[in-house]
Amino acid sequence: MKLLQNLGLVLFIIGLLVFTGIPFSGSYQLDRKMVLDHTKEMHQDAMVEVLEPMYENTYASNFSFIKDFNDLFNAYNEGLKEEQAWDKVIWDDYAFPLTKAASNGPVEDAPLLFLALSIGLAVMGGLLYAIPLYRNKPAGIKHDGIYFSSMKARGWLGIITGTYLIVFYIILYWYPEYLTNLVIMVDPLSILLSGGPASQWFLYGLIYTLAILVMGVRMFRKYKGNNYQTIRTASVMFFQLAFAFLIPEILVLFNMPWHDFKNIWPLDYSFFYEYRIEGMVSSGALGMFMLIWGIILIVIGVPAFTYFYGKRWYCSWVCGCGGLAETVGDPYRQLSDKSLKAWQVERYLVHGVLVLAVVMTAVTITNYFMEFGLLEQATNQFHSLYGFAIGSAFAGVIGTGFYPFMGNRVWCRFGCPLAAYLGLVQRFKSRFRITTNGGQCISCGNCSTYCEMGIDVRWYAQRGQNIVRSSCVGCGVCSAVCPRGVLKLENGQEAGRINDMPIIIGNESIKVKS
Amino acid sequence: MSENNIVILGNGISGVTCARHIRKNDPNIPITIVSAETRHFFSRTALMYIYMGHMKYEHTKPYADDFWEKNDIKLLFGWVKAIDFSTQELNFEDGEVLGYKQLVLATGSKPNMFGWPGQDLNGVQGLYSYQDLLNMEKNTQDIQHAVLVGGGLIGVEMAEMLASRKIPVTFLVREKGFWDNILPKEEAALVGRHIREHHIDLKLDTELKEIIGDEKGQVKAVKTSNGEIINCQFVGLTAGVSPNIALFKNSDLNTNRGILVDDQFRTNLPNVYAIGDCAEFKKPPGKDRKNIEQVWYTGRMHGETLAHNLTREKKVGYTPGIWFNSAKFFDIEYQTYGHVPPSWENPIRTFYWEGESGKVALRFLFDQEDRILGMNAFGWRMRHEFFDRAIKEGWKADRVIGQLDKANFNPEFHKKFYKQLLDKYNGENSTSIPLPRRSFIQKLMGSRS
Ligand SMILES: Cc1cc2nc3c(=O)[nH]c(=O)nc-3n(C[C@H](O)[C@H](O)[C@H](O)COP(=O)(O)OP(=O)(O)OC[C@H]3O[C@@H](n4cnc5c(N)ncnc54)[C@H](O)[C@@H]3O)c2cc1C
Ligand code: SF4
Repeated sequence: MKLLQNLGLVLFIIGLLVFTGIPFSGSYQLDRKMVLDHTKEMHQDAMVEVLEPMYENTYASNFSFIKDFNDLFNAYNEGLKEEQAWDKVIWDDYAFPLTKAASNGPVEDAPLLFLALSIGLAVMGGLLYAIPLYRNKPAGIKHDGIYFSSMKARGWLGIITGTYLIVFYIILYWYPEYLTNLVIMVDPLSILLSGGPASQWFLYGLIYTLAILVMGVRMFRKYKGNNYQTIRTASVMFFQLAFAFLIPEILVLFNMPWHDFKNIWPLDYSFFYEYRIEGMVSSGALGMFMLIWGIILIVIGVPAFTYFYGKRWYCSWVCGCGGLAETVGDPYRQLSDKSLKAWQVERYLVHGVLVLAVVMTAVTITNYFMEFGLLEQATNQFHSLYGFAIGSAFAGVIGTGFYPFMGNRVWCRFGCPLAAYLGLVQRFKSRFRITTNGGQCISCGNCSTYCEMGIDVRWYAQRGQNIVRSSCVGCGVCSAVCPRGVLKLENGQEAGRINDMPIIIGNESIKVKS
Repeated sequence: MSENNIVILGNGISGVTCARHIRKNDPNIPITIVSAETRHFFSRTALMYIYMGHMKYEHTKPYADDFWEKNDIKLLFGWVKAIDFSTQELNFEDGEVLGYKQLVLATGSKPNMFGWPGQDLNGVQGLYSYQDLLNMEKNTQDIQHAVLVGGGLIGVEMAEMLASRKIPVTFLVREKGFWDNILPKEEAALVGRHIREHHIDLKLDTELKEIIGDEKGQVKAVKTSNGEIINCQFVGLTAGVSPNIALFKNSDLNTNRGILVDDQFRTNLPNVYAIGDCAEFKKPPGKDRKNIEQVWYTGRMHGETLAHNLTREKKVGYTPGIWFNSAKFFDIEYQTYGHVPPSWENPIRTFYWEGESGKVALRFLFDQEDRILGMNAFGWRMRHEFFDRAIKEGWKADRVIGQLDKANFNPEFHKKFYKQLLDKYNGENSTSIPLPRRSFIQKLMGSRS
């Protein structure tokens, strides 16, 4: 078994290395036709001319190709800006499509082979590693050695992993043209699903989904015997695969807008953007359904489900960010900051982002109905600011890249506006709570340590107080790790849910109010 | 010292709880907690998790480091080598002197050493303090085999700790069943099986005769009562603990096994109190309770009660409620409520159910009038509130068994055992208690009521 697992690790690392190496392969050659094919009509003449000097060159790497492209392209735009010819400046990003088109080489010739050698090997290695985990071991908590682990306790492996993720996200969001070979590699898959070639987002969605699936299998092994964990993990795996990955691609196949039916505004912050609304409105009955369904989720779905089950119904059962955090991020859950200070920062930040998202959306909608008056510029600026700072930097780079540094829920805890909304409902109007079991707590600290949201669960448990916190995503791990059976996630009557002055059972001498 | 001040010797759960509650009741009185173990209060019960890498030391501190200053509780780090009860002064090892108006002794326990030959060899130790943990870390580096002596809760914890580092363990237990001076036969067997499932070489009915050292004073083997020699580089002595009262041996303070106190934790000396593991009640604090209470929860309750008496006019006697305790044997959680002795006689009757896995079991004891006396739960979490009430109010057997769904504290979606248990109960007692039905809506809402 050990042998198989080690083989798995080796395969995973080979896959990862091939994946990392692929962007550096091949050569690049641009011609006039490519430029014509991949630029808007209004830009065609200009672009063909601007890029003229590149046509006779064969570039040995994407670095030199992109450098030349940027030099020429930027020089052209700068010139226009100097002349104040603002209407001629090209704002579109042509680096990605043109680099993709210009790419030649082994990956383009045999994309499936490279897909198998990179992502394929990594997935297979991951499964070979995960499936035999804890075989022949009794069900129970599997946390031995976590704080001796370089990967899980901010050692060098953790730092390397975090850095890799951060770099990957930065390239993905802001320099996707360097990833074109990887995108070419998944083109066949994209064509199969949606009928069209892949974008960097298809690549990302594929990796994301596979990561959740493989690490979900690891969760099944780790929490064997704990049905809450198993079912919850199966749920996030299903929602990611079906709702976030397959269905949206298939929609595109049928000429519908790409749509993730389980993504809810304000996490889905572009839901009310003009192009999204137009896309839905112009897509017939199904499009209308997307719009109405999305609004029902916001107005009725979130409050109703959260009233009955707490925000966990979304955050640790359905959500894609939550899905990644609960599977890929599980090894890092103990790294969340439990200090009071962190809690304060959390409340300001997460509610701040919520306010920002609401204001931005309000401006967007007003703008929509005012038919692009003065507000247009504000809206656009708002969108690019939010997209950059929150949508990309916070949710992606920090949200996932910081797993090995600050735990797996950095985004969900400090940044997600939907989590803030769900949290407000959970805190003030819900049947969900974590009940503490009388006087049984021994203050050991396992619950707080393994709380990914940084809740100091022990603080409540040791004074016999139910845990009713807006941030709790109901992952159930505190309950799982408690060695004394003190914690139970439950939905129950609202009466008695919040007990600020709890009485610990067991001492009849006095009524102890903690 | 002129003004009133309270000094608490010992920063364990009892001393710290006492200090916290004094501060709650009286914002002004100066409080000093003295200890030489760790600067800040940590959870002794979590020592094992540090060794196993589940947590680091700092995670075991129940309160943040700035909590003490915020609450104006002074922490003094130092070892008290003598107490002068006549001048009301603590004398520290480094020569410092600290006066007190009122003194709370909360010095805890120490591991039992029964004078075994070789018990002072290197690599032989008990597990009680943080220092013991550090020693264990050192003593178990690169060893091939460990032996544990004495089958109690700390013994199982040490076995689990060593197993987490893949160190083979032989576990010598004097009794015929594991912890069978506390557990009834079936439960003792259940725990024994599970310990073996974790590849621990559990040798029941076996005593330690001698610990054998090498020429450097390092342990190299143990000899058992059967004459067997077991090679090992580490020996854990876990044959219970006793009150840590060496400091008071030749003083005016009355002691027996522990510091003798009345029901208000008063010792024989004025302004001196004792709580927690180190205290011994002159009279047991309740029916079926022992004179010395050495668990976390009782330490906490002692502290709460004494704090009340030190700050309030109306003094109360310590009146613990229904007994409860819990532990974990590797992966199997154990909870107990009320009084369940290892054996009993007519007319007390029992109902015992064990799941097919052999890892989940419930035991109930009922008196001659069929009222519940106590229960043991293995691998099945139970609601404290439920049994506290059922036992206090003396619920009849059928009522308790018929409402177990309300007592259930297992996580949602946990495997259900209730039907099996009811079938057995109904079969044995010719009753027909039905499985409580929940409507679809109730199930959908996941509601317990
Ligand atoms: C490994 C282990 C696991 C346990 N698990 C459980 C469990 O799961 N559940 C449970 O209920 N109980 C458990 N217990 C028992 C429980 O921890 C004790 O009952 C409890 O800690 C006793 O608290 P205390 O406040 O009386 O004393 P202690 O916690 O022992 O505190 C006494 C303190 O006083 C200090 N002190 C003593 N003398 C001096 C001196 N002269 N100068 C300075 N300082 C001094 C000591 O260094 C110590 O820090 C466990 C015990 C151990 C060792
Ligand atoms: S894990 Fe359980 S026993 Fe430990 S501090 Fe948390 S609630 Fe208390």
